[in-house]
Amino acid sequence: MTALFFRDIRLSFRAGGGAMLALAFFASVAALVPLGIGPDLKLLARIAGGVLWIAAALSALLSLDRLFQADFEDGSLDLIALAPQSLEVAAATKIAAHWLTTGLPLTVLSPLLGLLFGLPPQAYPALVLSLLLGTPAISAIGAVGASLTLSIRRGGLILPLIVLPLLSPAVIFGAGAVLAVLDGLSNGALGLLAAFSLVAVVLAPFACAAGVRLNLAG
Amino acid sequence: MSGFFALDQYANFIWAAYGVSVLGIAAAIVLCVQAHARAKARLANLEKEPS
Amino acid sequence: MLRYANPKRFMDLSGAALPWLAGAAAIFLVAGFYLGFAAPPDYQQGDTVKIMFVHVPAAWVAMMAYGLMALSAAVGLIYRHPLADAAAKAAAPLGALFTALALVTGSLWGKPMWGAWWVWDGRLTSFLILLLIYLGYIALWNAIEDETRAARATAILALVGAVNLPIIEFSVRWWTTLHQGESILRPGGPSISAVFLWPLFAMALGYTLLFFSLWIVRIRTEILERRARSLMLGLS
Repeated sequence: MTALFFRDIRLSFRAGGGAMLALAFFASVAALVPLGIGPDLKLLARIAGGVLWIAAALSALLSLDRLFQADFEDGSLDLIALAPQSLEVAAATKIAAHWLTTGLPLTVLSPLLGLLFGLPPQAYPALVLSLLLGTPAISAIGAVGASLTLSIRRGGLILPLIVLPLLSPAVIFGAGAVLAVLDGLSNGALGLLAAFSLVAVVLAPFACAAGVRLNLAG
Repeated sequence: MSGFFALDQYANFIWAAYGVSVLGIAAAIVLCVQAHARAKARLANLEKEPS
Repeated sequence: MLRYANPKRFMDLSGAALPWLAGAAAIFLVAGFYLGFAAPPDYQQGDTVKIMFVHVPAAWVAMMAYGLMALSAAVGLIYRHPLADAAAKAAAPLGALFTALALVTGSLWGKPMWGAWWVWDGRLTSFLILLLIYLGYIALWNAIEDETRAARATAILALVGAVNLPIIEFSVRWWTTLHQGESILRPGGPSISAVFLWPLFAMALGYTLLFFSLWIVRIRTEILERRARSLMLGLS
């Protein structure tokens, strides 16, 4: 499994891999939103949490469709399925590798983008913490979608379509955490987000394994 | 009769809501029944063909 | 129960039951319509309370449809039974339709009250997400070519959705209390007076029977289409 873990990480940092692409996309969206809304820093500061959260979700989804599909196409998924470790463990490993190469870098980049939105300094910890806690959920739930759609050629937008509604609690709690700081409230958003991520990360490997199995069978 | 259907100033909204509902339900019925009839006809056609 | 799972038995039974279901649906719908319009205006909402009689039943069926869809999907996944798969597939467009109806009627109910065509009310928001989940499910069915694979993949999606929906509902309610008041699409006061309950129940029953009628028609269609497909494979 460690071999799988490091292989996934290496692959995602290559040219066609998702890591750099996701970061670039994240930055692009964050740069474009103010162009669409106007330079009113008060307004931008208010929406920063939500915008960055949605941008993070979309960016993470970018590389997810290849999570299982690449291995499916070159036959390595069959090998993984035959390995002594269970498919659930393999799925969890792939989710972890994806988060490390996509969710985590996004989280690290986010304060810089928060600057573009004039986010007040006290909100930065909430922003980073919410992304840190929430991006695992995005990787996990996204991976489930990826396992279900791996046989679809030119899947295009079907993965985001089925995954995004399922991510709404993460977006609500994640952006809500930032908003809480801005409004001077404590609303327990981070705790709820952590709980959601935990449940997602624990249950996703089982659904992923089921998704992989149904695609490998005949 | 007109008294029965008399509504307050929001009559348009109420009629719109009922109208949309009736249209949606009617469309659903028509589409489902048509699809069923088509499938039945197609199957009957295939079963008639000498194998 | 699995005795009825035989497609031919299903066709026979459903063919016999369908006219009764459809007839009963029609009776309750007409009765509900009449009772709805006979009801007096609400002291708070005036006549717009009548929209409740088409909004709430649609919302109720939208949720029930998802439950039945997920249940069918689970049965299909566990017992590998094509009839259950067909039932899940058949339920989805109906569920999506009633969700859309709930949204439109909810919007029309809200406009006179709050002056806006759309409000991010807790219930409307949840139903918007439910509609997206339905659409994703239908899209997945259409995207996967192999029927058996599609059935299994969509079954997993339906079950993941089923687990997630209560969480989504909770998070949306949490979100509305964060940003405004509590859910406002509620008829009258804390309790509905009896004069409104009768049309509501009649319509709810009518909508439910209508759903079951249409669901059965769609499942029958699925079975016929499957038979046609297998005949074509046999012929070619």
